[in-house]
Parts: sequence; C-alpha cells; structure tokens
Amino acid sequence: MFTYAWLVPGLPLLGTIINGIFGRFLPRKVVGTLASALVGGSFLVSVAVFIQLLGLPEEERHVTSALYTWISAGNFFAEAGILIDPLSVFMMLVVSGVGFFIHVYSTGYMGHDEGYSRYFTYLNLFAASMLILVMANNFLLLFVGWELVGICSYLLISFWYSRPSAVAAGKKAFITTRVGDLGFTLGVVLIFVAFGTLAYDQVFAAAGEVATGVITAITVLLFIGAIGKSAQIPLYVWLPDAMEGPTPVSALIHAATMVTAGVYLVARASPLYVHAPGVLLIVAFVGAVTALFAATIALVNNDIKRVLAYSTISQIGLMFLGVGVGAFAAGLFHLLTHAFFKALLFLGAGSVMHALAGETDIRNMGGLRGKMQVTYWTFLVAGLAIAGIAPLSGFFSKDEILAAALTAPGGHWLLYALGLAASLLTAFYIFRLFFKAFHGEPRMSAERLERAHESPPSMTVPLVVLAIGAAVAGFVGVPGFLAPEAGWTHAVAHFLEPGLAREPLVEAELPPAIGVMLMLIALAVGIAGIAAAWHFYVRRPGTAARLAQRAPAVYNTLLNKYWVDEAYNALFVRPGKALAAFFWRGIDAAVVDGFVNGVARAVAGLSLLVRRTETGYLRNYALAIFAGAVVLVGYLISTR
Amino acid sequence: MRIPVDPSDWLILIPEFILLGTAIAILMIDAFAKAASDRSSPWISLAGTAGAIVAAVFLWGNPLSGFGGMIVNDDFGVLVSTAILTGTALAVLISVDYVRREELPAGEYYALILLSTIGMLLMVSSANLIMIFLSLEVLSIALYVLTGFARMRPRSQEAGMKYFLLGSFSAAILVYGVALIYGATGTVDLQSIADELISPGVLGNPVLLAGAGLVLVGLGFKVAAVPFQMWTPDVYEGAPSTVAAFMSIGSKAAAFAALVRVLIFAMGGLRPEWLAAVWVIAALTMTVGNLVAIAQDNIKRMLAYSSIAHAGYILVAVAAANRLGLQSIPFYLIAYAFMNLGAWAVVTAVTRKGEEAVGLSDYSGLFWSHPVLAGSMGLFMFALAGIPPTAGFTAKIYVFMAAVAADMIGLLIIAIVTTIISAYFYLRVTVIMFMERPAEPPVVTVPTPLAVAIAVAAAGTIWLFLFPGVTQSFTDTVARLL
Repeated sequence: MFTYAWLVPGLPLLGTIINGIFGRFLPRKVVGTLASALVGGSFLVSVAVFIQLLGLPEEERHVTSALYTWISAGNFFAEAGILIDPLSVFMMLVVSGVGFFIHVYSTGYMGHDEGYSRYFTYLNLFAASMLILVMANNFLLLFVGWELVGICSYLLISFWYSRPSAVAAGKKAFITTRVGDLGFTLGVVLIFVAFGTLAYDQVFAAAGEVATGVITAITVLLFIGAIGKSAQIPLYVWLPDAMEGPTPVSALIHAATMVTAGVYLVARASPLYVHAPGVLLIVAFVGAVTALFAATIALVNNDIKRVLAYSTISQIGLMFLGVGVGAFAAGLFHLLTHAFFKALLFLGAGSVMHALAGETDIRNMGGLRGKMQVTYWTFLVAGLAIAGIAPLSGFFSKDEILAAALTAPGGHWLLYALGLAASLLTAFYIFRLFFKAFHGEPRMSAERLERAHESPPSMTVPLVVLAIGAAVAGFVGVPGFLAPEAGWTHAVAHFLEPGLAREPLVEAELPPAIGVMLMLIALAVGIAGIAAAWHFYVRRPGTAARLAQRAPAVYNTLLNKYWVDEAYNALFVRPGKALAAFFWRGIDAAVVDGFVNGVARAVAGLSLLVRRTETGYLRNYALAIFAGAVVLVGYLISTR
Repeated sequence: MRIPVDPSDWLILIPEFILLGTAIAILMIDAFAKAASDRSSPWISLAGTAGAIVAAVFLWGNPLSGFGGMIVNDDFGVLVSTAILTGTALAVLISVDYVRREELPAGEYYALILLSTIGMLLMVSSANLIMIFLSLEVLSIALYVLTGFARMRPRSQEAGMKYFLLGSFSAAILVYGVALIYGATGTVDLQSIADELISPGVLGNPVLLAGAGLVLVGLGFKVAAVPFQMWTPDVYEGAPSTVAAFMSIGSKAAAFAALVRVLIFAMGGLRPEWLAAVWVIAALTMTVGNLVAIAQDNIKRMLAYSSIAHAGYILVAVAAANRLGLQSIPFYLIAYAFMNLGAWAVVTAVTRKGEEAVGLSDYSGLFWSHPVLAGSMGLFMFALAGIPPTAGFTAKIYVFMAAVAADMIGLLIIAIVTTIISAYFYLRVTVIMFMERPAEPPVVTVPTPLAVAIAVAAAGTIWLFLFPGVTQSFTDTVARLL
C-alpha cells in the first residue's frame, strides 16, 4: 500500500548518483536545482504518504512494506522494508521538509564554492541516509541508515578538506560518534541474540517476554548510541567543532538530520524502554543535565555558530528529558518546532556571515539591523520561538516537556527545575547573540560595514518560510485544556501516540489550572531571560564585562567550556595516542610486522619452492597430478 | 544399447542447438566472405549467446530428462548454464577489439568460443558419466586450440601444448575412473549409481572408491583444485587474455556442475568416505591459491591463482553437500562470472607498446589518468576479495553459512583466514592504482564493447549484493533437489 514510499529516500539517492557521477560536467544551476528538486520531490511524496495515512482508521496506521529480501541464510533473515506509521511519517516530513529549504538555501550560500557538485552529492546522500534511518522497519536497515548518516557528517564537516581545522573537526565528529555507535551496534546484536529477529514488529511484540536484565542492557546500549549521535553528555564534544563545515550543513545536522536520530531511536524503541523504567530515568537525567550544562557554556561563547551549537545540545537535552519521563510525543513535538527555529537560526547566522565575509565572532558585529531587514526580523522570530515566548512554536513544545517533567509518573521536581533553569539561560544567551549582532554600535571595520548587504533571495526566501514555520508550528500542539469546548486537541500528540508505547506510563491528565500555571511560569522565565539580556547588552552595555570581572573563575570556566575538551584530551586522546604509539612501535612494528614479514619471508620461500615445482616442465606437472591421484585413491580405498 | 529418443527430448538441447547453428553460420560466412566475417562474427555470436540465454531461461522450472536419462534439465543446471552463458557473452564483448588488435582470425575464434560453450552446457546437463566425459572433451578441445590461438606468440603455443597434454592426461584418468565405477556398479547413469549405493556390497567396494577418486582427479583438474592446478598460471598467462577470461568462468562452472552431480547427486551416500578428501583438497586449494598469489607481480598470473583460490571456496560448498551449499554454488558461479570477467576486461584494456601491460607496476597511478576504469578495477578487486558492497561478499557469506550448517568449523576457519590473506594481494592492486604516482602511464584503450562489458560486470557485481534475493529465490528451488 505504501510501497511507493521508497521514493522518499530514493529520490535524494538518485541525486547523489547523478551528481556524484556527472556533477562535474553539469552546469552549477543544473546540479543545485536537481538536488533541491529531488529533496522537494521526496517531501511531496512524504506529504502524499501522510495524507494517505490520515485516511486510514487510527488502529490501522501501521503498515510494513517489504521491498525485498536482502539476505536469508539459515536462521538469519534480513529484508529491506519500510515501516509507515505516524512516527516515521512525522520524521519523513521534518527531514525532507526542512532538508528541502536547506538545499535551496545552499544553492545561494555555496554558489561560489569550487566543490559545488561534491557538496550537493553529499547533501543529498545525507538526506537519503536520514530518511532510510527513520523509515526502516528493522534494526538492520536502521543500522545502515545510522552508519550512512555518520559517514555523511564526516564528509560534510570536513568538506573544506584543505583546512586542517575542518579535517580535525570531521575526524572528531566521526570518532566521538563511533564510541556511541559501538554501543548501538552491540545493542542491535543483543536484540538479535535475545529475540532471534531484528524486525521491529516481532521485537516489540515480544518485548514483555524477555528478561528485564536483557531489556535493560539493550536499552542502555541503544541509548549510548543515541548519546553519541545526538551529542549529549558525555559525547557532545564533537558538535561545536562540527561548525567547521559549511553553515547550511550545520543547519541540516542540527535541525533535521543526525542529532535528532538519537531522539528518534529512543521514541522508536519506546516499547522496549517502557520495560526499563530505570533506563528511562537515566535518559531523562542525562537530557536535563545536558540541557542546563550546554546552556551555561552558550552564555559566554563569542562565536555565533558555536553558541547555536551549544544551544542545539541544550535543546536536544530537553527532548531527551521529554522522552525520558515517558512523554514521547512531547519530545518529538519539540523536535519538530526545534527543526524550524534552529534551521532558521543557523541560516540567519549564515546570512550574517555571508554579509560580513565569513566573520563569526559576535564581538566584531553589531548594528546590522538596518543593513539586513529580512535576516533581522526572521532571526527575531527564531529567537522568540526558542526562548519560549507565546504563542510562537517553542513555547508550546517546551512547556509541554516541562509540564511532563513535573507531573508525569516518570517525572521529578529536580528534572523540572533543571529544565526551567535551562530555559531561562536559553532566553538569555539567544538574545545576547541577537542584541550583539543586530543592535548597538557596529564593531566591524568601516570597509566591512560598507560591504554588508542583505543576502540573495535563494537565501532569504527559505528564511521567511522557516520563520513562518517557527512562528506557527506550535499550533499543531496546543494543549487541549486551553479550550476544550472549542474542540482543541493536541494534534501532534493525538497523531503520534498510537504508534508509541504508553501503557505502563499512563500520563495523569493535567488539571487546567495547573497546566495554565505551568505555562505562565515558563512564559515568565522566558521573558525574564530576554529582559536580562536586554539590560546587559542594550540598556547598560558593559554590565556583562563587569560581571565577568567580578567572578573571573566562573567566567573562565564557562569560557573554556569547563575544560572538557582539555580533560578528554588528557584522559582519552593522549593516552589513546600513547597506547596507539605503543601498539604501533611495540606490537605492530615489532610483533605484527615481524610476523607479517616472517609470513612474507615464508611465502617468499614457499613461492620459491612452488617456483621450483612450477618449472614449466610438463613432466613435473603430470607427476603432481599422478601423485595426487595416487594419494587420493589410496586414501579413499583405505576408508572402507 | 539402444537409446530411446522422444521428440520432446530435443527441447532440452535448444540452447546448445542455437549455439551450434550460430557457430556453423559464422564458419560459413568466414569461408565465403572473410571480410564480412571479421566484422560481423562477434555480433552474431553475441546474438546466438543471447538466444541461448533466453532458451535456457525458458527451460526454468521445467524439469526434463531425455535421451534415456543421459541429459537432464533441472533448475540447478539452468542456473549454472546462465552463469556460463553470461561469461561467454561478456567474453565475446571484450574480444571484439582484442581479436582485431592481436590480428587473430575472427571467424574461427568466435566459432571455437561457441563450440566450447556447447561442451560446457552439455556438461552441465549430463546425467551420465559417459556424457560428462564426452562434453568435457568437446569443451576442452576447443579450449586447447583457443589457448594456442595467438600463433605468433611462442608463449601462447607453449601454453596450448601444455594444456592439451595435461588435459588429455587428466581426461584419461577420468575415463579410467568411469570404467572402475562401471565395474563396481554396472552402470554409468548417475541416478542408477545413486540407487546402487543402497546395497552394502557396493558401498564399501574399493573399486568404486578408486573410481570415485579418479573422477575427482579429472574434474579437479578442470576446476583447478590443488594439487591438480599447476597448469593454471602457465595457461592463463600464455593464452590470449580473452580466452583466459572465458575459460576461467565457463570450464570452471561446467566442471563444478559435473562435480556436484557426481559427488552429491550420485555419490551422496559415499559422503562419509569422500568428505575428508574434498575437505583437504578445498583447504589446500584455498591456501595455496591465495598464498602464492601474493608473490605474483604479473596480473594474469595473479588472477590465475585467484581463480584457483575461488575454486577452493566453491569446494567448501561442495564438501558441505547440504541445501545451503547447493544453493550457494550457482550463486557463487554467477557472482564470479561478473567480478572475474570484469577484472579480465580491465586487463585487456591496459597496454604498452602494443603489448598487454601485465606487470602490476603498469597499473601504478592508473586512477589519476583513468578514474572510471581504475574505479571499476577497484570494485572487481573488492569483489574478488569478498568485501562489501559487492557480490563477492554475499557469495562468500553463503558459502560460509553452508560450512556452518554442515558443522565444518575447521574448514570455515581456513576459508576465513585465507580470505583475509587474499585481501592483501587484491587490495595491493587498488593501492597501486590509487596511491602511487605513475612513472610512465600505459596506453589505455576502452572501445565501446569493452566499456559495455565492464559496465555490465560492475552493475552485476553490485546488483547481486543489493538484491541477492532475486537470485536466491531461484537457488531456493535448487536446494529442493536434495
């Protein structure tokens, strides 16, 4: 019924093949248009799937289509199949929709780059991989998408491979996520061992029959994978460095692909997670702590893209907080709204950088308001949305997560407090960024100020479209208690929840009074953050500097990102390198090479021997055949 | 003895007759219009091969037996025939330019290729030891001539002579084995042999065992199993490359089909007796083939040892003699047809001073001057080494699964270790092509037919990895023959 849905990853994949092989010979216009159009096409197909899915009765919205059997040998059976259910369709829409606008934006942003066709080859592959990841109907295909996403991020982060910092960042991203991937791989293997199959349907149906210890191990391992891909404590360090890639790539990684994979994984495997409440609590705490931790670093960082990177880590943390307390739909709802406003923030930052010849330091910006109206207003919308100001999208999704953190059976007041603190800081740092870039006195050179200009339409149109999305996307998730008599329902939750496991974690229906109170608290926190930023950077510029002087220890700790990179270097990288050096010199060079060289010498000796038999003389060859025949027949006769 | 022939029996031989008609037509054109024949014979043979493939596919799922049970058509045979015909079609494609360049007589060349293919197809369908011997001769005699076909080259002549003498020697051993089996069982019909084996007197008869051993020697020679492999590097190196490519697929596939029919279908009851022998031969073949390939710096000799090694992997599946094994043999042969012919096709494209450039050093930096060709070669090397995403990976997985299912863990370990060893010399080619700078680039000519052959081989190599299920649903029905 949904067999045609293979087109969704298929179209971008086609773009990868065409641009990968012929891109060099095609005009830039064709390359960029083709890549964007194919992702746009996959968005349209996703919409068609969505509409068709809505036409089905709720309990039938779960359709598995086997595309083909990839391998079946003995008791191992793997098929490539797609699962169409509310969760996968939801992710398809987000990935292909946001991905489409990022493609369009890239045609302008990368317009002058030498590696234009290479860029779009990778970008299409990235979109296709992520779509494979979310559409798979079994863990093996999920694994394929998961790994493809990893390799694409590596290729795109180190896209400008002549820059050593970009290459280092690509490597860091790849190796760090690899640590998580190891957990994920082990989790998948354990699933096969425990369930004897990798198909979602069969695994989830049998989830209750497997020992709790095994389920706990599986879910922990899968979550380790999610931590790596979604940049959570302790594996978040790759994401800020990933800013070395082109800005639209950052937008794609942060908003639509890659980092959301972890959230998707936990939501997809929710039937397993509900059997391991302890693991869910870990998920929630890792998310909440990450949310606050990353937000504090974002407070003082001066690089526009890195602030956004820490912001992403923080926001993904909120999503994990949501799914961790069992509010899977709330976490996914925030994933949706975040996709809009984070893509918008990145593309806005890219627009600013485009205007200022690649400048990323906000200390060298300021006063851009008059120069770039579209960027200014769209950035403001995104900022209000992420700060959680009603009625923009971020308000509803964030409020719902915070409410769930406090009131859901899996929740805890500490989780709520952590999330609320993160929200306060979020509103502050995002408006610090906003005020420093667009308000105040221009701090860049006069020449640069002169040249600063609004970006071309290929970049501003996506900004406007995403801004509309960031403004109104929240309305699909307005909580029902606000106007029950008007028939308002939480459309996202209503749509998603049949596909998610809920039974053991039934949420208490929130009394309207408490719901409204929590909303007002969240709103107040957001406004307070913005007001503080306004006070610090517009009304009394210099307040922040004085504060930094008064508490230099705190300021330096934050500015140096808690020295986590340094600690990892000392703890893992340097010992790792030392170990590698030991293995290289001590083991590899001495033992392995010695062995290999020994084998090679033995082979050389053997080949000499063989060469001696390979005399080229027929009589020797015939003798070998004869001797072989004698031994063979002699043996066979001896068996009786 | 009178053999009853039913008119419908001829149906089984339609592919063979199509090829025969094509070969005769080419020879006639060659006799009366030499110039036209030089131009047209490759395309006529290609059309004939295509016709034979269609006819073979037509016979699918339609088990037939004819000529008094001497010839059978079953799904196993159809699949192996497909592998052989695929190899023939690709070999014809890569020959188009090669034959012209080497100034070989075109008409005779293509006619001999087709005649040899007929022998291969007959061998696949043989259900009788005499038929196996006859078709072995049909395919071999044409191959002896083809090996020595480059008459101006002493190496080609020498190879042809060696192949002929050793081939005759081993064929004689095979006939002697057939005679002994007949002596023990009173029949040369494979089905009757299988029936005879039920009686205990026959089962332990040393004459029967000796006969089985000698037949194994004769067929082992054709598949290039150790210790009957020594001719392979000399012959592959001396023969025209296109001929080496052709025989590395066809005669191997045909001989394996016969081996399966004799060892598994007819003498499955003797497996406890022959298992250890085949086990040792498989282990030796994988080990020697892969180890000695490391020492080669001539790419044709390297591919010869590679073909020996691959025979070893297929022998693992023969030794397993279970459903998975039977399934994996046709799959392996089809995958091997694509990846091996692809590699040979690239070899014919790289020349220096009008001669084939066969030294590995001739490939250094090939990627920088011919990225697509070098990329394809890299793909074929990955496939032969059994690295995903290629058919070679899937084929090896099936063989390994068969070994697991047959509890042959020791042989499995040898197979895996030798696979790892083989990565060394396959990947060395890739390293040379991609990482070294060329000293003096060779001349590379890729005419359209060759490009098509390489493209088809590459597509097949990837296709069988992505969609092994297609072939597998076919091989599933093969497994039911057990």
